[in-house]
Amino acid sequence: MAKYIIKRVLLAVVTLWLIATITFILMNMVPGGPFLAEKAPSEATLKALNEKYGLDKPLIVQYGNYMSRLLRGDMGPSIKQRGRTVNQIISNGFKVSARVGGISVLVAVLIGITLGSIAAMNRSKWIDNVIIVVSTCGIAVPSFVVSTVLMIVFSVKLKLLPTYGLSSPLHYIMPVMALSFYPTAYITRLMRSSMLEVLGQDYMRTARAKGLSQFKMLFKHALRNAILPVVTYLGPLLAYTLTGSFVVEKIFTIPGLGNDFISSITNRDYTLIMGTTIFLAALIVTMNLMVDIAYKLIDPRIKLK
Amino acid sequence: MTKEKNPLSLQLDVSDFLPADSEEKQSLVVMRKSVSFWRDGMRRFKRNKIAMVSFAVIIIIMIFAFIGPVIYPYSYEQQIRGSENLAPMEYSEQELELMAQGQSVFPHFLGTDSLGRDIMIRLMMGSRVSLLVGIVASALVLLIGSLYGAIAGYFGGKVDLVMMRIVDIIYTVPDILIIILLMVTLKYPLENLANNVPGFSWINTIGVGLICIFIVFALLYWVGMARIVRSQILTLKEQEFVTAAKALGASHGRIIRKHLLTNCMGALIVTTTLQIPSSIFTESFLSFIGIGVAAPMPSLGSMASQAISGITSYPHRLLAPAIMISLIILSFNLIGDGLRDAFDPKLKD
Amino acid sequence: MGNTLVDIKNLRVSFFTPAGEVKALNDVSIKMEEGEVLGIVGESGSGKSVTAYSLMGLIPYPGRIVGGTIDFNGHRINDMSEAEMRAIRGNEVSIIFQDPMTSLNPVYTIGNQIMEVILLHTDKNKEQAYERAVELLTLVGINEPAKRMKQYPHELSGGMRQRVMIAIALACEPKLLIADEPTTALDVTIQAQILELMMELKQKIGMSIIMITHDLGIVANMCQKIAVMYGGKVVECGTADEIFYNPRHEYTKGLLRSIPRLTDKEHRKLIPIEGTPVDMLNPPAGCPFAPRCNSCMKICLGRMPEYTDLSETHYSACWLLQKEEFERRGQGA
Repeated sequence: MAKYIIKRVLLAVVTLWLIATITFILMNMVPGGPFLAEKAPSEATLKALNEKYGLDKPLIVQYGNYMSRLLRGDMGPSIKQRGRTVNQIISNGFKVSARVGGISVLVAVLIGITLGSIAAMNRSKWIDNVIIVVSTCGIAVPSFVVSTVLMIVFSVKLKLLPTYGLSSPLHYIMPVMALSFYPTAYITRLMRSSMLEVLGQDYMRTARAKGLSQFKMLFKHALRNAILPVVTYLGPLLAYTLTGSFVVEKIFTIPGLGNDFISSITNRDYTLIMGTTIFLAALIVTMNLMVDIAYKLIDPRIKLK
Repeated sequence: MTKEKNPLSLQLDVSDFLPADSEEKQSLVVMRKSVSFWRDGMRRFKRNKIAMVSFAVIIIIMIFAFIGPVIYPYSYEQQIRGSENLAPMEYSEQELELMAQGQSVFPHFLGTDSLGRDIMIRLMMGSRVSLLVGIVASALVLLIGSLYGAIAGYFGGKVDLVMMRIVDIIYTVPDILIIILLMVTLKYPLENLANNVPGFSWINTIGVGLICIFIVFALLYWVGMARIVRSQILTLKEQEFVTAAKALGASHGRIIRKHLLTNCMGALIVTTTLQIPSSIFTESFLSFIGIGVAAPMPSLGSMASQAISGITSYPHRLLAPAIMISLIILSFNLIGDGLRDAFDPKLKD
Repeated sequence: MGNTLVDIKNLRVSFFTPAGEVKALNDVSIKMEEGEVLGIVGESGSGKSVTAYSLMGLIPYPGRIVGGTIDFNGHRINDMSEAEMRAIRGNEVSIIFQDPMTSLNPVYTIGNQIMEVILLHTDKNKEQAYERAVELLTLVGINEPAKRMKQYPHELSGGMRQRVMIAIALACEPKLLIADEPTTALDVTIQAQILELMMELKQKIGMSIIMITHDLGIVANMCQKIAVMYGGKVVECGTADEIFYNPRHEYTKGLLRSIPRLTDKEHRKLIPIEGTPVDMLNPPAGCPFAPRCNSCMKICLGRMPEYTDLSETHYSACWLLQKEEFERRGQGA
């Protein structure tokens, strides 16, 4: 097990280093450096700016500085939002995004597992068919469609829910629904097929032959096994939630990290793009790592080396 | 022994106790016809009503997207002055005047946008972009992924180890982030290339945005395919039927063609088909956040994005691309599911 | 003769698949006394496992009983509710499955899975159940039982797991143990150990056993009574001696010709049964074995033969026997 963890951590470190390097290279590929997009700075200002950010030094030195700052967790100042550092922007935005995202993940996992299990246990009955149809449609609808349709229905037509911000619990309903729609549908399908497979396993027959009740068979013997594929989906789910938040936060005007990221792209705020990318990548890579290790811990079949 | 006196008589006849010949015996043995993998798979696929309906839907959308614009009288970038913000089937004052003069004016089935562009034609072009992205990107993924995976699987050992470590790393890279990063930065060099270097002007005809999308998809999305192909080849190599074929003296070529490839094919087809909707999904997402296909070329995602500001007054502008994109993705998903059920039940997740 | 423990009468079980109704059991009748070891022999798809499963109410989806009755230990199994069945399963009748590798839940410890059934069917508390589980593991010949209790199924070998399955099956001292090809998935040396263990435990606990197998060698050693099944029917049933020394059905004869014997002269050739098993989706109207039978007659193809009683314990369904009787009575008349 220790060997496995070490291997995975090393892999994660390499990945992060790679992402940081790629980010650096790509940012340097933009012709004229990060300040060109601004309204034509004078030669002198440009020089001053370049000096300030160390952009006049050779690339390799810049790279070294950049990496060493990164290791200290310093992502530098934002180019476009004067007086704010990338760290500040990220930490403010992330608090908001993490709340919405966390609730969405929870909702998706709970509803998905429940619906998937219900469908599997009522195989080929009407409720199974309804769940299959809804979840199949669910994975075909992009989050921006869900968000906007929700907005049309609940805000524009019914005038039930507020359209922007996060000032009350009521404000959370639509963003969370929009963000958890796709993963709920996906987990439902995953859980259904996994549950069906488990229900057909020999050990379920053994459990039944022991005289166990339906309840005990389901909650003790089936669920623990059927849930394993869902655990492996948690990594991708997190990545989805993060990228989904770009869209959802934009539509519902939520001051989260996703919104910052999108505006940093449209504003060409390169340090912020870099910082956010690296931060989110680190988050995803770390979470994936934790999920994988958790998976090994849950499933005793995997040999603990 | 006379049959009239037979005490056991259940209308039995002595002739019943005559030995049966082998033909009579054979008539009882119902043998199912053996069919080839392909014919069997296609038969199952054709029987799948949902998949066939989805297939028909995709064909209709393709006609809509690729043939529609040819016969449609408006163009996607044409801004008709005075015809801004028309509701579906509504005519502007000028157009009404023209019609009063006896000229025929083609109706705006879905109205026009705030710049006076016909939404129907933009929907056609947007669907075209989505389909193109989906199909070309999947073809790239299939090509790169299967080649890479097959090489790693065949050679095994150290080659495999190094190649798969690379795949592992790319796999852990959060794809959307890198795609966004690449799209943001690739744009300038590509535009530069298209405008200044002779021989690259074709980039402009396809559009820098689309090229960017193809490049980044080709760079990142093949790893899933590579993993699937490699693992298939690895397990197939070890299977008894391959050993049996070897023992029977089959050549390597025959084993690869007859046993490895045919058994991989199902997985390849299914994965490629399911890659299409996932690429379309990503493209629409990118266009929605404003970094996909460049204006004025419409994409379903960018159309939806532009429609948000007028969501209260013109919800149909949003619903049209939204429904179209969902329909395309749903149909491809269902076709993929149908193919998987037909060709590769093992893959069923 | 003891009391009747199992009485299956005219049992019909069908699986309603999308391709059509598969008649897995077609008029099966088996009777067994307390303390007996009954062997059910037949090839794959002959219905031997389904017979055992229906006895426990374990027929898998989409199968169900469409006719006949099953009596077990004073219960009318086919009239019982699921809740009533649960009280019997694992308690009065338990089962060991073919593949010990997949029959234990991979995510729970051995101890947990044995104690589960004890806690379910007895009033024992956790400590008592634990002690009983350790006792059972000792009983089935597992060394270091306390250590095994904490291990997961994948940490044990196939033979060990089958012993654990037996421990689970015996936890509540059942009246009847059904062994569904308990040794097919095991090494030959382990097979012998497991069978020996089962016979030993039978003596200790005093239960009856239904042994389902395609291995005639196993039934010869263990069983007093043997039912030979083919195509969803019991084609011949009798004591072990009757079946082995006086087989009357052509299928039984074929089976016996296809296995080697120690008493054989050096060069006796094994004779396989030609052809393939019946397609249960389109079963023939007559005797299911007719297409493969060397003595097949015209009548065999169209009509199912009735049972002919050959002794008090021995009966078989074959037109040849009917023909013999027919001729004998014809001569007598």
